[in-house]
Amino acid sequence: MSFLEMLYFIIPSAILYATPLIFTAIGGVFSERSGVVNIGLEGLMIVGAFVGIYVNLEYASTFGTATVWVAMLAAVIVGGIFSLLHAVASISFRADQTVSGVAINLLGLAVSVFLVKMIYDKGQTDMITRSIDRFGIPYLQDIPFFGPLLFRDVYSTSILAFAVAIGAWFIIYKTPFGLRLRAVGEHPMAADTMGVNVNRMRYIAVVISGALGGLGGAVYAQSITLNFSHATIAGQGFMAIAAMIFGKWHPIGALGAALFFGVAQTLSIAGSGIPYIQDIPAVYLQILPYVLTIFALAGFIGKASAPKASGQPYIKGKR
Amino acid sequence: MSNRVINILVPIISIIIGLIVGAIVMVVSGYDPVQGYSALWTGIFGDSYSIGNTIRQITPYILAGLAVAFAFRTGLFNIGVEGQLILGWLAAAWVGYAFELPKIIHLPLALLAAAAAGALWAFIAGFLKAKFKVHEVIATIMLNYTALYIANAVIKKLSDGSFKTERIHDSASLRSPFLRELTDNSSLHYGIIVALLMVVVMWFILEKTTRGYELKAVGFNKHAADYAGMNVNKNIILAMTISGMFAGLGGAMEALGTFGNASIKAGFTGIGFDGIAVALLGANTPLGVVFGASLFGSLKYGALNMPNAAGIPEEIVSIIIALIIFFVASGYIIRVALQKLSKKKEGQ
Repeated sequence: MSFLEMLYFIIPSAILYATPLIFTAIGGVFSERSGVVNIGLEGLMIVGAFVGIYVNLEYASTFGTATVWVAMLAAVIVGGIFSLLHAVASISFRADQTVSGVAINLLGLAVSVFLVKMIYDKGQTDMITRSIDRFGIPYLQDIPFFGPLLFRDVYSTSILAFAVAIGAWFIIYKTPFGLRLRAVGEHPMAADTMGVNVNRMRYIAVVISGALGGLGGAVYAQSITLNFSHATIAGQGFMAIAAMIFGKWHPIGALGAALFFGVAQTLSIAGSGIPYIQDIPAVYLQILPYVLTIFALAGFIGKASAPKASGQPYIKGKR
Repeated sequence: MSNRVINILVPIISIIIGLIVGAIVMVVSGYDPVQGYSALWTGIFGDSYSIGNTIRQITPYILAGLAVAFAFRTGLFNIGVEGQLILGWLAAAWVGYAFELPKIIHLPLALLAAAAAGALWAFIAGFLKAKFKVHEVIATIMLNYTALYIANAVIKKLSDGSFKTERIHDSASLRSPFLRELTDNSSLHYGIIVALLMVVVMWFILEKTTRGYELKAVGFNKHAADYAGMNVNKNIILAMTISGMFAGLGGAMEALGTFGNASIKAGFTGIGFDGIAVALLGANTPLGVVFGASLFGSLKYGALNMPNAAGIPEEIVSIIIALIIFFVASGYIIRVALQKLSKKKEGQ
């Protein structure tokens, strides 16, 4: 395999694996920027994956080519609603946010597998018939080198992921809403004094993270696994958290980190067929995202520090 | 109502609400909750075989719960019990089959290896927190996956490409023919004694030693502890290491008692995360952990009887456990409700 062929194989596959991570990691950025730690992203992805596959299987004949999009929309809505549990517990009931997130993970998996067994009477669903399709972007795909590398056979969801990342950057850094969001995550009391409704902002942020987490799950299931079982989402949610941290709580940073982790995932799964890479034991590539995140946090790769108020419930009048 | 009574009432109310919501879920899904809960009950207490296996299931839960609880008491959130447990499992299995020694040395050595593996993995998180201010929650999450993949790769290597290691020698096994016969061939093993011993160890460290007092002081208020001349960083590392030791032993229970080997895992065992639930329900006290582990261990094992006896997916129990965690974590709102209730009564 020539170097060029290698690139043509690795890069599109890396983007495929990165896409769900991008959505979910940006969801995490919203939540953490508002001061709510969301360890429950894994559970939200699981719920999204289940809803996506369920809608796809049941309504493929009704919606035809639009099926995958309807399924994703459903996953966004259900993910948003599901994340309300985390919002209520950690914002209104002042629960420990990490504990509540752990409960979301347990609950997401349990509810999804419970429903699969109830509806299909077996541990995993059938394969979906309509998956997210690929297409070539006119004109751009004809550019030498970059065309086949980036613009031929792109998944529509990958384009959406880039759009979401840029949109998130704009919302968080260029709008009044984003300013308030960051304010309640850094110094909620100051924000409150300025008339920002801290808890409302946090509710909105957590629901956005749920919606994007659900979307990430639905995209993963409909483009990579193509069915749902208890092992469909195995760590992608936590890897998204890693991408968020490695991207320093910034949407574009999270996008870059997710793409990088996508390369690592591709190499660990398909590396045995690639020269040079096949000599590296897969385990190194598997642990790479997590180890790098630890290094980033330790300050070896630029300092990554969380929003100041993340993890603490806001209690009015308490210093 | 005194604070003490409320502290005991919150978990009890949470369990009751959890079971009620579980029943509602069953009704809505078209299942019979009475049949479901009776299947659960028989699954736990039905016969001596079930009771034996239930106790076997409780064993690692106690140790995972102790690990989380010990860290909590010292102001740390060890969400990495899962990874520490997996490495403990692997270490115990390896010592169990790679050496041939008399039982009196072999079994303690295997247990020690598991404790050391778990402790080492937790030490990394403690060290990162103490030296680089890396939040232990994130560090341990990342270490969980690192441990999972490393353990899988090592098992593959040790077994020449197979998915599980060789069986451990009898000299390292916690199993006993006596306990088996007593419980109608269940897989009950002596691990429960190790677990209960560790309950005493945790109580002793925290309540009876100067070091334990320091650890708790750092957990309560690290600035005050620092001012009082305690070495905060050293205590953080030590607390994590001890917590990891309990977690590693939890893995040893699976390696030396239940399975007799270590195998490649597609995902986490779940014991580490359930340990968080156990510790939370037990209010992070050693005795509370025994109760929490008994409840969740029983529910988890009893649930296996539900698909056969009542046609209900066993995941219903995981739903109930997750709900109980939610309610205990939201204890603030239950406290407020209880206080309002008791005020109303006083007003009459």
